Amino acid sequence: MTVDSGVRAAGPSVSFIPTSLRRRTVDGAAGVLVWASVAAALVPLAWILWTVVAKGLPAVTSSTWFTHSLSGLSSTTPGGGVYHAIIGTLLQGLVCSAIAIPAGILVAVYLVEYAGPSRLGRVTTFMVDVLAGVPSIVAALFIYALWVVTFGFDRSGIAVSLALVLLMVPMVVRSTEEMLRIVPGDLREASYALGVPQWKTIAKVVLPTALPGIVTGTMLAVARVLGETAPLLILVGYAPFINFDLGSGEMGTLPGLIVDQMNNPSAVGADRMWGSALTLIGMVAVLSIAATLLARRSTVRGGNR
Amino acid sequence: MLRQPGTVGTRTRAHGSGGADGGDHGSGGRFDRRRTRAESTGRTGDRVLRSATTAAAVGVSAMVAAIGIFLAWRAVPALQRNEANFLTSHEWSTTDIQHLAFGIADLLALTVFVSAFALMMAMPVSFGIAVFVTRYAPRRLARPISYIVDLLAAVPSVVYGLWGLLVLAPALEPVATWLNSTFGWFPLFATGSGSVAGGGTVFTAGIVLAVMIIPIIAGVTREVFTQTPREHVEAALALGATRWEVVRLAVLPFGRSGFIGASMLGLGRALGETMALYMVLQTTSAAFGWSLFDSGASIASKIALGYAEFNNALQAGAYIAAGLVLFALTFVVGAGARLIAARGNGGRS
Repeated sequence: MTVDSGVRAAGPSVSFIPTSLRRRTVDGAAGVLVWASVAAALVPLAWILWTVVAKGLPAVTSSTWFTHSLSGLSSTTPGGGVYHAIIGTLLQGLVCSAIAIPAGILVAVYLVEYAGPSRLGRVTTFMVDVLAGVPSIVAALFIYALWVVTFGFDRSGIAVSLALVLLMVPMVVRSTEEMLRIVPGDLREASYALGVPQWKTIAKVVLPTALPGIVTGTMLAVARVLGETAPLLILVGYAPFINFDLGSGEMGTLPGLIVDQMNNPSAVGADRMWGSALTLIGMVAVLSIAATLLARRSTVRGGNR
Repeated sequence: MLRQPGTVGTRTRAHGSGGADGGDHGSGGRFDRRRTRAESTGRTGDRVLRSATTAAAVGVSAMVAAIGIFLAWRAVPALQRNEANFLTSHEWSTTDIQHLAFGIADLLALTVFVSAFALMMAMPVSFGIAVFVTRYAPRRLARPISYIVDLLAAVPSVVYGLWGLLVLAPALEPVATWLNSTFGWFPLFATGSGSVAGGGTVFTAGIVLAVMIIPIIAGVTREVFTQTPREHVEAALALGATRWEVVRLAVLPFGRSGFIGASMLGLGRALGETMALYMVLQTTSAAFGWSLFDSGASIASKIALGYAEFNNALQAGAYIAAGLVLFALTFVVGAGARLIAARGNGGRS
């Protein structure tokens, strides 16, 4: 190896040998490639964001965008807005969060505070990983097989929420688990030493200490789930009008609107499509940025970020 | 934070008798042992929270099991009526439920092919990003760059699909045409079932997929590379290693299996990605020919395309059977990723 020979040649009297040309060339080439790979990731990101903003801005800035639905408008009639789709996306996300967040936190508390080296702990960790790897289309098919075929319910917004729960739970578990693990053991021990029962230690000491981190992770999970599209195709139809009822009927959502307008070749369709994409990205961005700001204020910090 | 040390302290006396865990939970215990009310709530509370969290943990396993069971259960009736061989047939006709004939050979082949193509592009780039962030970047740049790369994962897949279809595909047209006309003799670049200039091909879809899985691979790899023992790095530097040689001698031996595990995670994600392929790939009735300029559908995008046919249990069953294969595939890849990562970790975490 070049490094070895370099050292041996240096001998007892320390005299420095300049790095060989070959090694310098390899080093330089590697440096260029490393920088190039960063560019290879940043270029698509900038490209996507710029495209979405540039093409979506005209629609989003129209006066009716956030206040009207597309009800009654033909595929070529300009105007209207995405109020119905925002309602649908938010409602489905809300119901999903209401189920997935408590469930995920409970699982994480079990893993960190109760599981220890137990078999159930190891199995659960494995199963959380499996669930995290389940494609959204498979989650949707499962809910279809369970909710629609077996239980006989109609396709509806609630079915989408249930599919999203499957995707969100592992995200919540992982981020919460990470946060609970970095709560110093001293805090727990101090609490136990004062005679506080374990459940109260968890509820009043461990969870509050980790709370900002948990909220951050949860908000990022919500942001991911809002953009999921595959379950929408299978579990609920798209509707251009306002529907507050998760239990029945078709329901507009932002991703659903994008897919719906893909079949609309007119300029109006393009406006609606890119406008919806910008609105969706805006919602994800607001959640992510809020989550990041909150993470800065966290009392317990992660190891390396 | 312990907010009320005073109130908590009053309870220490009684708690000393009997372990915190595994004490007797007899119903009469609270009166016999003269516990305060707060304490007896403690026992009940512990039992409640322990049961609730345990139930939630069992629920996760139950969910995964339910996915497998329900998919299999609902797939069987359709599979029994299938007139084609499910694993080897290339056709997919489910419109006539009296004569179901569906096979996943082409879908599976395209799924694996496009994912492998995406992985081949994403792996070196992700490796480069992880190396950059951990070893090359100035301190001020490392964190923002990681953050920005992570943002790629936050872009919804439907937006990737939109961009791939309407922006990337036209932009790639000259590249695709050139590859096809210059290297067309090589099967990989041969004219396939898709329109080379149209862009609705595996080539475009694979590039979109690569961008989508870069943040996953780069993120996990970065975490592993960060844990490279400082001594290894300093030893390499002391031997006069250049910056790249530090990566080769210290970082890579330590993080290789982590990188491979991360790549398999990315592969799992690519195999199951639906919307990007649903939007980018043109459908075709021609058989899949292992060319980058083929069109068609992956398992996931085929299921999404078939949503209009989900009218009765049999038609849906055909797609559910395909979904079961996809579930098994991602399960195997995910398990492999964990095994590799765990082995390289030397048993840590």
